[in-house]
Amino acid sequence: MPLLDVQDLSVVFARRGEKPFTAVDNLSFTVEPGQTVGLVGESGCGKSVTSLAIMGLLPRRGVRVSGRVLFEGADLLALRPEDMRDRRGRDIGMIFQDPLSSLNPVVPIGLQVAEVVERHFGRTRKAAMVEARDLLDAVGIPDPQRRLKEYPHQISGGMRQRALIAIALACKPRLLIADEPTTALDVTIQAQILTLLRQLVVDSDTALVLITHDLGVVAGLCDVVNVLYAGKVVETGTRHDLFANPRHPYTHGLLGSVPRLDSPRGERLTPIRGSVADNIPWAEGCAFAPRCDRVNDACIGDTVPLEAAPHGRLRCTNPVPQEVGV
Amino acid sequence: MLRVIVRRLLQLAVTLFALSILVFVWLRSLPGGPVDAMLGDRATPERRALLVKALGYDQPILVQYWRFLQRTLVGDFGASTRSGDSVLSVLGRAFPATIELTVAAMIIAVGLGVPLGYLAARYRGRMPDNLSVVGTLVGISIPIFFLGYLLKDVFTQHLHWFPPSGRISIGMDNTHVTGFFVLDGILTREWDASADAIWHLILPAATLATIPLAVIVRITRASVLDVLNEDYVRTAEAKGLRAKVVRQRHVLRNALLPVVTTIGLQTGALLAGAVLTEKVFNWGGLGTEITNSISGSRDYPVLQAVLMLAAIVFIVVNLLVDLSYAVIDPRVRVR
Repeated sequence: MPLLDVQDLSVVFARRGEKPFTAVDNLSFTVEPGQTVGLVGESGCGKSVTSLAIMGLLPRRGVRVSGRVLFEGADLLALRPEDMRDRRGRDIGMIFQDPLSSLNPVVPIGLQVAEVVERHFGRTRKAAMVEARDLLDAVGIPDPQRRLKEYPHQISGGMRQRALIAIALACKPRLLIADEPTTALDVTIQAQILTLLRQLVVDSDTALVLITHDLGVVAGLCDVVNVLYAGKVVETGTRHDLFANPRHPYTHGLLGSVPRLDSPRGERLTPIRGSVADNIPWAEGCAFAPRCDRVNDACIGDTVPLEAAPHGRLRCTNPVPQEVGV
Repeated sequence: MLRVIVRRLLQLAVTLFALSILVFVWLRSLPGGPVDAMLGDRATPERRALLVKALGYDQPILVQYWRFLQRTLVGDFGASTRSGDSVLSVLGRAFPATIELTVAAMIIAVGLGVPLGYLAARYRGRMPDNLSVVGTLVGISIPIFFLGYLLKDVFTQHLHWFPPSGRISIGMDNTHVTGFFVLDGILTREWDASADAIWHLILPAATLATIPLAVIVRITRASVLDVLNEDYVRTAEAKGLRAKVVRQRHVLRNALLPVVTTIGLQTGALLAGAVLTEKVFNWGGLGTEITNSISGSRDYPVLQAVLMLAAIVFIVVNLLVDLSYAVIDPRVRVR
């Protein structure tokens, strides 16, 4: 049984008097225990909304969430809010994009870590603080005893992200969701944080859902990659297959637009034309069709289904031909 | 921190010096004066001249000011030209009354205002929010003297729930220790006196609380709305913390920072004397002293002292607010 099984998840933002906006459209993917799964796509494709929907952190008003999110067989979307509260932070941890704004500016780091263990493991404040110190130590924060009393503005950006990782892993969750964990950091710190995630998550048996637009991050960590476009999965495959042989024109385009060290000097990057359309026209064929170089008549009209492909799943009527010999 | 306090106190001294000149000159440039007030319209010129000379008002204003300054610096504030009581005893009577009223009003304003503001933000756009927006608008716009008389009419004339005026019932022979009647009753174990004083406090305090209450509700609401959208509140929810911990440790602790400033400013303003409320309820605090010593009697010594005291209180309260800010917000370094 997969650890996390997301089935037909849809998130529709519907404010009174406004046209409903579909951010996530019948999205399905699975995460096996201990597996690292990437959700990749450009801004606005529904990655972050998906993670908030799994965590039950979307506002209740003005948002319609449907489908099923099975965690060890239990549907998280059907849980009562109080039961979900018991699971958040204990079964599923989450780290966010901006470590400065994600930490409370007026609460000491130590308490922000300790309160999770206090809540889920029923520890006393004193015992929780000892654990908090060990956690800060485990994520590589120097002099953790002193940091316990410091405030977020007193430590560096990299250390803040380490503290957030310590918070997310404090209760040894079986699943960690990382939403753009390195985007707000500079490059050298990014590498450190990725190394840390690999040590603490990938190399242990914690499963990881990694949400990112950065293919370099995916290449470094993920076992399986789901490529999202406009709220739907367009291609799924193992990291190796997907990077070696992208079949969906969008995946192909994403990889083609990454700068490479071995490309000749002066060669231009190949961008994908246009940007994500505001409202998703999946009902009238492929949403990527207006930006696609391989578009044909079959792309427009009917919904394009997500079908099993040799390397995973693919939603395309005219995929990029498989390279010979792969 | 200590250096900040010392510097701010020095600033206070300079401010007071400037203010003393201003008040001194301003009072004496008003038409009428204590002599007219004391002698009435039909006094003979000889008697007037005698009194003017006795009070020193025949001297050039610079000399008068110099004498005032000399006396003030050694703690002699003179005597009221209206009652003959020493200014210190007037202040000793009026200031505790004002503090008591202010504290009671602020307890009502903060105690109701913060929870109401939080509820309004939490249920934004729904019934509690709409009620609070309308309610605060009424609270800010309703004239104090109108509200005061209205409450008095309903609760004393018709319902007889509260006494109409004063700080304590006539015939209540309470021991005076500090001048704060509620506190005195507790100190001397005269519980009935304390209860009586509180009973007298409720209507005036409720009247005086309306404006600070409305302001605090609005600031709290706006501030909580800001904080609810912050990433760290989402982090707190992602930790699965209990709703109460999220609310108190993560939302309110941040949202109340601007509210503390407001509370300080409002307290300072109320301590400077609530003229209208005190008038309606015949309270006998600084506000009453201001009205009584300016209308007709031009009681220079009392007016000067009350206005300076109001300034001192306002500045000191603001200093306390700034210092408390450094304590509750770790990002603030007082300079």
